Amino acid sequence: MNLAQANTPSPNNNNLFAKIVNWFGSTLGKILVSILVPAVTFIVLWQGYLFLSAANAPQILQVIVAIVWGVGGVALLYLVTNWLVMKLPAKAARTLQPFVFVGPAIAIMGWFLAIPVVRSLIASFRNALGTEWIGLDNYIYAFTNPRMLETFRNNALWMVFGTSFSVGLGLLIAFLADRTKAEVVYKSIIFTPMAISFVGAGVIWKFVYTYKGIGVGIQEIGLLNAIVSALGGTPQPWLNIPPWNNFFLIVIMIWLQTGYAMVILSSAIKGVPAELLEAARIDGATETRVFFNIIIPYIKGTLLTVTTTIVIFSLKTFDIVRVMTGGNYGTNVIANEFYLQSFTYNDAGKASAIAIVLLLLVTPVIVNNIRSFNEQRKGF
Amino acid sequence: MAKGQKTTKRTQSFWTNFVLILICVIWMVPVIGILITSFRPSEDIFKTGWWTVFPHKEDIEIDRVVLPEDVDVNGPITYGGKTAMFEEWQRGIELDDGTKATWYGNKRTRTLVISQNQWVGFTTKLTLENYKDVLTGKTITYKDAQGNTITRVGNDLSGAFLNSLAVSIPGTIIPILIAAFAAFGFAWLEFPGRNIFFTIIVALLVVPLQIALVPILQDYVSLGLNGTFLGIWLAHTGFGLPLATYLLFNYISTLPRELLESAYIDGASNLTIFTNLILPLSVPALASFAIFQFLWLWNDYLVALVFLGEKNQTVTIAVARLVGEKGQDWHLMTAAAFVSMILPLIVFLALQRYFVRGLMAGSVKG
Repeated sequence: MNLAQANTPSPNNNNLFAKIVNWFGSTLGKILVSILVPAVTFIVLWQGYLFLSAANAPQILQVIVAIVWGVGGVALLYLVTNWLVMKLPAKAARTLQPFVFVGPAIAIMGWFLAIPVVRSLIASFRNALGTEWIGLDNYIYAFTNPRMLETFRNNALWMVFGTSFSVGLGLLIAFLADRTKAEVVYKSIIFTPMAISFVGAGVIWKFVYTYKGIGVGIQEIGLLNAIVSALGGTPQPWLNIPPWNNFFLIVIMIWLQTGYAMVILSSAIKGVPAELLEAARIDGATETRVFFNIIIPYIKGTLLTVTTTIVIFSLKTFDIVRVMTGGNYGTNVIANEFYLQSFTYNDAGKASAIAIVLLLLVTPVIVNNIRSFNEQRKGF
Repeated sequence: MAKGQKTTKRTQSFWTNFVLILICVIWMVPVIGILITSFRPSEDIFKTGWWTVFPHKEDIEIDRVVLPEDVDVNGPITYGGKTAMFEEWQRGIELDDGTKATWYGNKRTRTLVISQNQWVGFTTKLTLENYKDVLTGKTITYKDAQGNTITRVGNDLSGAFLNSLAVSIPGTIIPILIAAFAAFGFAWLEFPGRNIFFTIIVALLVVPLQIALVPILQDYVSLGLNGTFLGIWLAHTGFGLPLATYLLFNYISTLPRELLESAYIDGASNLTIFTNLILPLSVPALASFAIFQFLWLWNDYLVALVFLGEKNQTVTIAVARLVGEKGQDWHLMTAAAFVSMILPLIVFLALQRYFVRGLMAGSVKG
């Protein structure tokens, strides 16, 4: 990888800035411009920043300024820093230039993800306001408090039932649709909920589960209760009956995630060599046997990836619970407890400990990702 | 033998389609339910299920009979040739002429509602009123099931819609731009720490963003960024960058080496190569990530809730608030839910192909 050495900054770089510099000619001019350009850029960006953080302009104007400033600002920053680096002596420029490219990304990811891991770890050993060290108290809460134990139980339900049904149904639909003429139609219908927000899905399903109560002349307006009463049953307030209400919430996740599993698995199934299937069928294998003895082993890797992705998703589930029950009636989950601790009870210590617990739960996946990435790119 | 096989095939295909159609119906019915509901007048929604807009048989009230004062409501009650206890009348009794008599309300009303089972055609009572009500930020009035007039402040979904655009468009373009620069740097430039930095990015792919919310909110409060668009773009940029960089790196690092080498030999600078060569060649990867990120931002609730709050509320926050504050106002909630869904649905259905590509490439992320 010695491409970078091949690149020497050429003096007759014909971009606009270079032309202006040539026009100035003198060293003094060069230095002046080198200071002036970043300064002007900085002032322009700063004014945009002030305008946007004050946020009292008409909304549409704000939105337009936001878009122009945000997108233009980022482009400008790269152009100016790159231009500045190119002004440096060739050797320094060559060392510094890669950082013009990767620097901003590394800095932002550092600020927003990498450093917060450390900061949350520290905060998890301190009290609610972050003023004193309190040892492992927050972790004792996180692992022994009945509230937390309830969230662990519920997340386990989400993980086991949500994941197995999403993957199972996704696999079934992918397998069945593959052998029909209307495949595209079926798949589009199952896949479409992926475009809907969890909040929107919450409204959709809350309406399915809605309950009016017992009384004369009352007609249930929720689909589930209407079906139940049509079959002669008694309508129920489905979302208020623990522990079964958890399953009614999990149904929403299955509704949203099956499409994802289906699309990925479908393309994996299409990757199974036709000769393999043909040979098995000629040998007299039934479709069930073809499915379990050929297709499943062949797509094992994809199946594992999809399952992992949905497991992680079910660990972090938040919006659905927040909108449907707010975590009441025994439906609390880890991410909602995190939200309550940090923004309702203002306990940064407990919140951080819960966040660290979440991180610990996904750590095996992180380790595995790094390992497989390193294997993929030996000699990167 | 051959005929038998053919029949088996046909039954197999029948059952396959049957199961799939059944699943598809289950998948679609909840959405159809709220779509229809959002067009029904508020007082109808409270009274009858949305499926009653389709032709169905229904008991239609044709008469009301008030029983004379001397009838003992606690004993057996006789009407229209039938004698039964109050509880039975309450459930409704079929009369000899084919009509049905049902007790209205409690015992003291002494009223029987006489109804006939009739076919009812498609409802034509549909309205755009609900959409008008949720979109405006002004005062609205509507009628509930009892016919009471209720006055409320609208939910200003149109303002929320604009806010969502203001969050999603720059929040999609900025991380893509930054990630494209970084991906190019990681794929084609040599610098110290390249391996370590990229391994960290791979690790960050599945880090739950909960870990960052508390520390970043502290930073935002001291920087005055809380509740601003700038704040939420930065946050979405931070949370979206690992995946964006990873996906674009995978794509950019597979571009043909000779192409770039010859450009370097021609004396092009890194920036020129990036803008004139890499960016145009990466359009498919950029597009699929853009759709991914746009849908994710538009549908995001947690990040917007923490960093924007109710000041510049996005559609998801507006809908969630509506559910929290007016949890029985289905005419508003269903219309609001549809307003929040319409744009992502259009984007999704129009660009599904690109979205799927992004999904395949990014299935390592949680």
